[in-house]
Amino acid sequence: MVDPATAFLQGGVPAGSAPEQSLRHAPGPYFGAFGGRWMPESLIAALDELEETFEKAKVDPEFLAEVLELNKNYSGRPSLLTEAKRFGAHAGGARVFLKREDLNHTGSHKINNVLGQALLAKRMGKTRVIAETGAGQHGVATATAAALLGLECVVYMGAEDCRRQALNVARMQLLGATVVPVTNGSQTLKDAINDALRDWVANVENTHYVLGTVSGAHPFPAMVRFFHEVIGEEARAQILEQTGRLPDALCACIGGGSNAIGLFHGFLDDPSVKMFGFEAGGEGVDTGRHAATITLGRPGVLHGARSYLMQDEDGQTIESHSISAGLDYPGVGPEHSYLHDIGRVSYEAITDTEAMEAFKLLCRTEGIIPAIETAHALAGAIKVGQRLVVDAEKPEDVVIIVNLSGRGDKDVETAADWFGILDEDGHVKGTTLSTRKAKGSPHGAGAPTAAADSMDSTTEDASNE
Amino acid sequence: MSETTNSTAPAAFESKSAAAIEKAKAAGRKALIAYLPAGYPSKQASIDAAIAVARNGADIIEIGIPYSDPVMDGAVIQAATTEALANGFHVTDVFDIVAAITAETDAAVMVMTYWNPVMRLGVDEFSRRLAEAGGAGLITPDLIPDEAAEWFAASDKYGLDRVFLVAPSSTPERVAMTVAATRGFVYAVSIMGVTGARSSVSSAAESVVAAAHAAGAERACVGLGVSQAKHVREIAAYADGVIVGTALVAALRDGGVAAVGALAKELSTGFDAPATEEVAQ
Repeated sequence: MVDPATAFLQGGVPAGSAPEQSLRHAPGPYFGAFGGRWMPESLIAALDELEETFEKAKVDPEFLAEVLELNKNYSGRPSLLTEAKRFGAHAGGARVFLKREDLNHTGSHKINNVLGQALLAKRMGKTRVIAETGAGQHGVATATAAALLGLECVVYMGAEDCRRQALNVARMQLLGATVVPVTNGSQTLKDAINDALRDWVANVENTHYVLGTVSGAHPFPAMVRFFHEVIGEEARAQILEQTGRLPDALCACIGGGSNAIGLFHGFLDDPSVKMFGFEAGGEGVDTGRHAATITLGRPGVLHGARSYLMQDEDGQTIESHSISAGLDYPGVGPEHSYLHDIGRVSYEAITDTEAMEAFKLLCRTEGIIPAIETAHALAGAIKVGQRLVVDAEKPEDVVIIVNLSGRGDKDVETAADWFGILDEDGHVKGTTLSTRKAKGSPHGAGAPTAAADSMDSTTEDASNE
Repeated sequence: MSETTNSTAPAAFESKSAAAIEKAKAAGRKALIAYLPAGYPSKQASIDAAIAVARNGADIIEIGIPYSDPVMDGAVIQAATTEALANGFHVTDVFDIVAAITAETDAAVMVMTYWNPVMRLGVDEFSRRLAEAGGAGLITPDLIPDEAAEWFAASDKYGLDRVFLVAPSSTPERVAMTVAATRGFVYAVSIMGVTGARSSVSSAAESVVAAAHAAGAERACVGLGVSQAKHVREIAAYADGVIVGTALVAALRDGGVAAVGALAKELSTGFDAPATEEVAQ
């Protein structure tokens, strides 16, 4: 097997420089009719500087060696490819392999991108990084990279998400980052991006905006993808080694779509490999409370790119809903919109309930607690497996790779609530252990909580541990 | 983007916003450009406020379309536009508002909008209805000329001004490209930041205006952070117009239509040369 790290260094075929007829040749700014730069003029110079720095860096052996070294000796790459035999029995008996991005340092795929961008920030002479975060995974990863490389770090996080992901707020603070709860709009990821952009406009001289997904203005979609392509490159080599063949299908969850595009890209030129992106169906796509952007949205511009978008008849962004903070975003990366339009990737919605059932199933069958985001991909894999085995001679002839994009430690409270493990005071039943603020201020899922309150409770929880 | 080949635009197409600025110039002053959000605090009140501002010295009214994700706006305007949306503002209301202001005043009426609402209605459809309402054109804070092919075509077809922004960070190449794409006036962003009143106007503003003029802009107007008559006086020394937003929105919020009219009147005293005031007294 070719060492994936070596493959990365040699570039294999970096997407931006693949042959033009290849789908892997996708350097931006446009992906078909999507992408571009729908941004205030004030930020164009910074985007130009970033693009120039990135274009030089991605062909600079010294830079690639730096990324490789951090990936290997800091993040722990290559991440494992684990066969999930007992879980696969529920997916029609297909062979299911998990790409273990949950085992990366900080617990998700997000670290791949932030290390690359933090190195670019240093190259540009920036001393401060800012980021938005939904579930908190990208914020934690950015805070981590900032600590490692000696950069000041400010993370914008919706106040609603601060409440849902309090543990990650504490992690960021422990890592030395400042977390700013955002109280505008729906108080979730899109509003955090708005405030991060406002910060960037005002501080662009010394600040790099570490955008956490493959959305936004050029060069972000192509650049963030570049740093995640290692996922698919490793997975391709690993599945060939373990099974001697390419997989029949890839499954990944889609918020903005960074973990999915990272996995998919390595296989885009393999026509036999089907690809499935699973969006958050929330309470159901017919309820209006979901985040199924490609399934139900229509093209528009948000946060710098033309892409599918959840919007009303006036072009106002519709607030998304998902049990998973990381998928709770009404937009999606422009390359996904393109891959949808040309039919290369199928995008489907998974409800909260389906995701949580898959969450439990993976815990019970494989001893792995996944992130709730990732649980959407697992629920999708069950469906895909059951569909594909119908046409297979033997179920085990079907091979599926699921991107296990993150671990579920951050979701323990949400999951405990969902499965009724907590009593009404928020204690783990039969114990005095609390995952929440003190008794007397119960705030179960859905109960409104002031931003400051949420931050306070987080800090208290952290100090209690 | 040839402006002469389309058949529907008037043969001798006159920019309404340019005319308003030139009229102020002929009167020995610079243009006052006043921003107010459509539908805030209500549809009728936003019309009344704009009329009050126009009757108290504003040469151009800039009506902002409330939008769910206003990344270039600070807290005051965000709060106002959020309230307008909560009160049921719809994008097509802006055409009624523009028509009502145009009917009652001599001011040129521009619409300031983030781009997605225009795309959603359709760039051509939006432009046609804006022209029918008597609107002068669009100010587009998140649309750069690089992405504006559809808007070039529609603005030429319906004879609308297209005001793009130049920033302190814009390179000479981008300033030149933006100036060439602009019709009416260039919006010179005074500071790297979002809308909001500031105690002083950044010195960067003068350089941005100079760069725009050097690139061939006949008219460059300064916005962002302008809130007092003394700012107006400073900017009038080098720019062709002064854009005020947040301060007016705050006045409307706190004191209603009367207060916003009074502030416009006070701001326009910034155009009176101090010496003239003394002589007059």
